[in-house]
This record gives sequence, structure tokens and C-alpha cells, in this order.
Amino acid sequence: MFPARFDYLRASSTDEAVAALAQHGGEARILAGGQSLIPAMRFRLARPSVLIDINAIDDLRYLRETGGSLLIGAGTRDAALETSELVTSGYRMIADVSVLVADPVVRQSGTVVGSICHSDPAGDWGVAALAGRAQIVVRGPAGTRTLSADDFLVDSFTTALAENEMALEVQFPRPSEHTSGAFAKLERKVGDFATASAAVQLTLDTSGAIAEAGVAIGAVGAKALRVSEAEQLLRGAKPSKDVIRAAADAARKEADPGSDTRGSAEFKKEMAGVLVARALVSALERLGVGGMA
Amino acid sequence: MKVALTVNGTAFERDVEPRMLLAYFLREELGLTGTHVGCDTSSCGCCVVLFDGERAVKSCTMFAVMADGHEITTVEGLAQGGKLHPLQQAFWDCHGLQCGFCTPGMMLTSVAFLKKNPHPSEGEIREALSGNLCRCTGYQNIVKAVQQAAGELAAEPVAEPVAVS
Ligand SMILES: Cc1cc2nc3c(=O)[nH]c(=O)nc-3n(C[C@H](O)[C@H](O)[C@H](O)COP(=O)(O)OP(=O)(O)OC[C@H]3O[C@@H](n4cnc5c(N)ncnc54)[C@H](O)[C@@H]3O)c2cc1C
Ligand code: FES
Ligand code: FES
Repeated sequence: MFPARFDYLRASSTDEAVAALAQHGGEARILAGGQSLIPAMRFRLARPSVLIDINAIDDLRYLRETGGSLLIGAGTRDAALETSELVTSGYRMIADVSVLVADPVVRQSGTVVGSICHSDPAGDWGVAALAGRAQIVVRGPAGTRTLSADDFLVDSFTTALAENEMALEVQFPRPSEHTSGAFAKLERKVGDFATASAAVQLTLDTSGAIAEAGVAIGAVGAKALRVSEAEQLLRGAKPSKDVIRAAADAARKEADPGSDTRGSAEFKKEMAGVLVARALVSALERLGVGGMA
Repeated sequence: MKVALTVNGTAFERDVEPRMLLAYFLREELGLTGTHVGCDTSSCGCCVVLFDGERAVKSCTMFAVMADGHEITTVEGLAQGGKLHPLQQAFWDCHGLQCGFCTPGMMLTSVAFLKKNPHPSEGEIREALSGNLCRCTGYQNIVKAVQQAAGELAAEPVAEPVAVS
């Protein structure tokens, strides 16, 4: 089915895109890779009357490290990450996501920022943004503001973006030498949305104890969920099978999935725990702490 | 809305609604029916075309207006001067197709992939094609075909599939 009629505007700069949003407000949507928006429009789940295409804004297509963070511009497609030495060497959890999100052809169009703006509860980038304590830079007529992923991801398909705002970039703080992470995803087949997913990032202190932890789960709630209880359990603990099990249990408790063709609610809750445990094991392995499986 | 784009080296201009999807534009406005529509929801990959010579895109999930000013290559643009593209020849040689419905998408996805990774392993080929579904072949011969074409393309750089006229 073709989408309902709309007007198409191609923005050649961020200024132009923001001005167009200011003019059309709630009627308009930003069009990035289109890999979520176009299917939604075809199913008439979305019915914007104006699309503002940002694909021609070359200034938004960047992937670089500045000020201790990885900056991913709103024009940067998933495919740019999987081949980036910067990402594969320094940002292991993000590198994991970059080869598990969607399929290789979709990744040549879909953008990281677009995925976060879509706030699909089953999406992968929102989960990574929570675990990696990412920040999202947004711009509206009044200027720019920066939000944490927690504040940005409000609900299913709902973000903190105002009608006249667009997202410019997502920033992932650079993991220190004693920090690593991992992303684990259960999918029915390649390219499918997650049945359940988990992202973790851990920092060890000099004694080998866990100084800092980020734990998030996907596809098991109204949005990507932070598992604060697991983070608290991990913080200050020495890596052990017991603390991993406790963190996994906290994830099971936090998960609040619905039953669908990908599995029953009970199964998905169980998987949220299993995936948190697996992600913790591989993050610890990457930090040189083995024997946790 | 006016759309001016280059398809397989030829410039076209058409007046279409912004909601016209690229796959339908190619098939119905330009009569290039080599681009197939299967799932129509960005899942199967049989509508894949090459965007600006480098990006494999699912043309059922792109509006034709997004291609304004850009260059598209479809399966019809692969053969040059009556000679099959190495990928086409390899699909023929290796029996990489049965019904042929998935084949254009398989080949265009492979063109983009081999440009980035001219010496892929079998596993990398399988991964690169994992967004393209085939209901007939069981994939073995598709993978063989891409391996053969990779060898040929790497050995003897051929002309770009799009000769801009
Ligand atoms: C077959 C298939 C499988 C997929 N599998 C997965 C998967 O496994 N995991 C997963 O996470 N995703 C998956 N996706 C979704 C895919 O990753 C999308 O590309 C991504 O979620 C959205 O990115 P986009 O650039 O295509 O955004 P678009 O579709 O262009 O936009 C999505 C939404 O975000 C808004 N938006 C986009 N950019 C901005 C911006 N800069 N500022 C403000 N608003 C903006 C749009 O207005 C729209 O509402 C899949 C998609 C397909 C087609
Ligand atoms: S028809 Fe486009 S992906 Fe299936
Ligand atoms: S050859 Fe029939 S679908 Fe692939």
C-alpha cells in the first residue's frame, strides 16, 4: 500500500530543516533512512503531511571522537559503524549492535539517530544508548539542548523531542581502558527485531571490582528499559557468577513484555535475564575476567 | 513533483507524487521490471537497487523523490555492450537461480558488497546477503556465484556498471 499523500521538502542544511519544522510543526516529520518511517506510513501507522528529508545534509554525516565521546551525526548510517576502526576497537558494545541491528541492506540506509528518535521498544540502539549512558543533542528554534538517553526515550514511539525540534547527534562517552561492554540479542532470524535484547557496560577499578555498570534491556517493555537494580547490585561487587545471576534476576523482574508471535511474555522475561547474563559474561571476558559463564 | 534522476546511465525526468515508491517508479514509470517487488515491506531484498553506485537500497522503502538528482543502477544496467556482468555470468555458470525472482536483488546487493569487500570469505558473503531471501536455491549456488564473480572482478577490474552517457 502507498502512504497517504504528503509534501516532500529536501533540506540542504540543518537551519533549513529546523525552519521547516518550525513552519509545519506537528504535521511534519524528519525523514532520515526511512527504514522505520516509510513502513509505518505504508501501514498508515504514521500519517505526516510533510516530510523533511535530511539525507542531503552532508554536515550531519560524521562519526568521530571529540571531547572524550563518540559523536554519531544524524546522517550517519548504521553501515558506517561496522566498518569503523574507531568503533570496533574502542566501543565494543556499539560494535556488537552495529552488526546485529536489522539486516546488511537496511543498515546501508538506516541511521543510529533515526532509530533512537523512533523509540521502537524492540529497537536496538535505544538499549545501547541507555547502557552506554549516551546523550542526544537536539535542536529547535531556540537553540540546542542535550538530553540523556533516559530523558530522551519517553515511551513506545515517543521521545522528548518537541514538535519543532530535531536530533543532531548522539554522543557515547568513550569507555576507559578498564571499561568494556557487550550487546546480546535473541532474534528469530537474521534481520529480525529482537525477541529480547540486553546491553551492558562495565568499568573495573584497580582492585578488579566493578566500579560502574550500565545495564539495559530491549523488546520487553513499553520502551528500552534501564535495569537500575542490576546496576546497583553490580556496582562495588567483585565479578562472580553469583552477582551475574543476581543481575539477571533483576532484569527478569524489570521486564514487562507482552506475548506475541516472537514468544510468550513468560519466555521473553526469562530471556531478558539470560541475555543480561550473557552480555555480562562477554563484557567481563573482554576485560580479561574469564570463567564467569 | 518533478523527479530528475539517472537510471543505468540514462537521464529521466518524470512528474510523480512524492508518495510514489522508487520500486514502482522504476517498474511502472520507466518500464524497468527487472526490479521485483516481493514482500513490499523492506524485508526480502528482491527490490534492491544500487544508489549512487555504492549503496544497496531496498527500493520498496524509498520514495522516488529521494532519488532526485541521484544515480540508480538496476539489474538492466549490469550488462555492458551485450556482455553479461561478471555477477550475471557467475549466477548463470553456478546455477545461482531457479525462478529468478530474488536474483536482481541478490546481484545488486552483491555489487555494492564486492566494491567494499573485493576478497570476501564465504561467511562474509553469507552475512552480506542475509537480508535477501531466496525461496528456491537453498543459497549454496548463490554463494558460489558471488565467490566466482569476486575472483573475476578482483582479477580484472571491469568498467563500472553505470556508464554515464
Ligand atoms: C527489515 C527491517 C528490519 C529491521 N530490524 C531492526 C532491528 O533488528 N533492530 C532495530 O533496532 N531496528 C530495526 N529496523 C529499523 C531500522 O534500524 C531503522 O532504520 C531505524 O530504526 C530508523 O532509522 P532511519 O534512519 O531509517 O529512520 P526513519 O525511518 O527515517 O525515521 C524514524 C523516526 O525517527 C524520526 N527521525 C529520524 N531522524 C530524526 C532526527 N534526526 N531528528 C528527529 N527525528 C528523526 C522520523 O521522523 C521517524 O519518526 C529494521 C527495519 C527494517 C526495514
Ligand atoms: S520488496 Fe522490497 S524488500 Fe521485499
Ligand atoms: S531463485 Fe527463486 S527466489 Fe531465489
